Amino acid sequence: MATSIAAETDTEFVIGGRTFASRLMVGTGKYASNSQMIHAIEASGAEVVTVAVRRVDLDRAKDEGMLHHLDPARYFLLANTAGCFTLDDTLRYARLARAAGFNEWVKLEVIGDQQTLLPDAAATIEATRILAAEGFRVMAYTNDDLISALRLEDAGAVCVMPLASPIGSGLGLLNPFAIRTIKHRLSVPVIVDAGVGTASDAALAMEQGIDGLLMNTGIAAATDPVRMARAMRLAVEAGRLAYLAGRMPRREVAVPSSPTTGMLGT
Amino acid sequence: MPNRPLQSIFHGMTTLPAHDESTLDLTVNGDPRTTPVGTSLAAFLTSLDLDPRLVVVELNRAILRDRDAYGGIGLSEGDVLEIVHFVGGG
Repeated sequence: MATSIAAETDTEFVIGGRTFASRLMVGTGKYASNSQMIHAIEASGAEVVTVAVRRVDLDRAKDEGMLHHLDPARYFLLANTAGCFTLDDTLRYARLARAAGFNEWVKLEVIGDQQTLLPDAAATIEATRILAAEGFRVMAYTNDDLISALRLEDAGAVCVMPLASPIGSGLGLLNPFAIRTIKHRLSVPVIVDAGVGTASDAALAMEQGIDGLLMNTGIAAATDPVRMARAMRLAVEAGRLAYLAGRMPRREVAVPSSPTTGMLGT
Repeated sequence: MPNRPLQSIFHGMTTLPAHDESTLDLTVNGDPRTTPVGTSLAAFLTSLDLDPRLVVVELNRAILRDRDAYGGIGLSEGDVLEIVHFVGGG
């Protein structure tokens, strides 16, 4: 985790009292091979790496679990509750993940609809309240909706994670205004999670002033995931730097960059 | 109801496997499994070639967090086990 250019001139990236080295967090799903996944994660510079909780396949237990490939001493393993559609299932998965013994953090997802995979905000808020009371550090995945985000903060989420667009869609940031609004109003960090398809999407998301970005498919489903991971790393840094630098105002008139005086023949 | 008479004819003719007193019938990750009476959880995981440090075990819906205690947990007839681990995901 080399220090990024942006980090040298930036405030620390702190969530729930813990400082993280990279504002880019990555998932571990959908890679063609474990080797490709490892190389992509290295290229991304990410420290936080998400994993899912699933049954051990008892017929081929060897070489399947993520812990055979990812060193928990090097990466911060963030378990998700992906695939959960009910409050009860979500709580069960979160508790199982914590029992793995690495940390008390969870990337909370309660999916409300099979087709769009859009989050069930009401169930997510309830799950956040219950798990936060149990000592979990809840990173709550949600819609790009201010009210849901505010309720999640009230419920005890250590950060709120609105989507850029639906999971795995690669549609990029559909509503920059909504993300900016959430960022302006929340005290906890805002991490955009899901929907980033390419580097410009990542930069655009970071330019809204959000604290970090989580992605999986945008890297894993690229033709060359390792290259895309590096592109995403640079884009997150570029977007963050651009935000900190403060962009020029948009003007619907041209303003010359070169002097208007001193022209020949005048 | 063409199938009903057939069902009643064969009912009682199928010989259920006699319950073996020396083994326990378990449900593990949704599938039936047997293990010798007196097997500890630790021994059962070993028999499945699993490293307890890399999995999480739920026994009859209760999560067993203390891996050091696995050797002292005996399995019982009808126990339902879920054995999970971390896999790739976003």
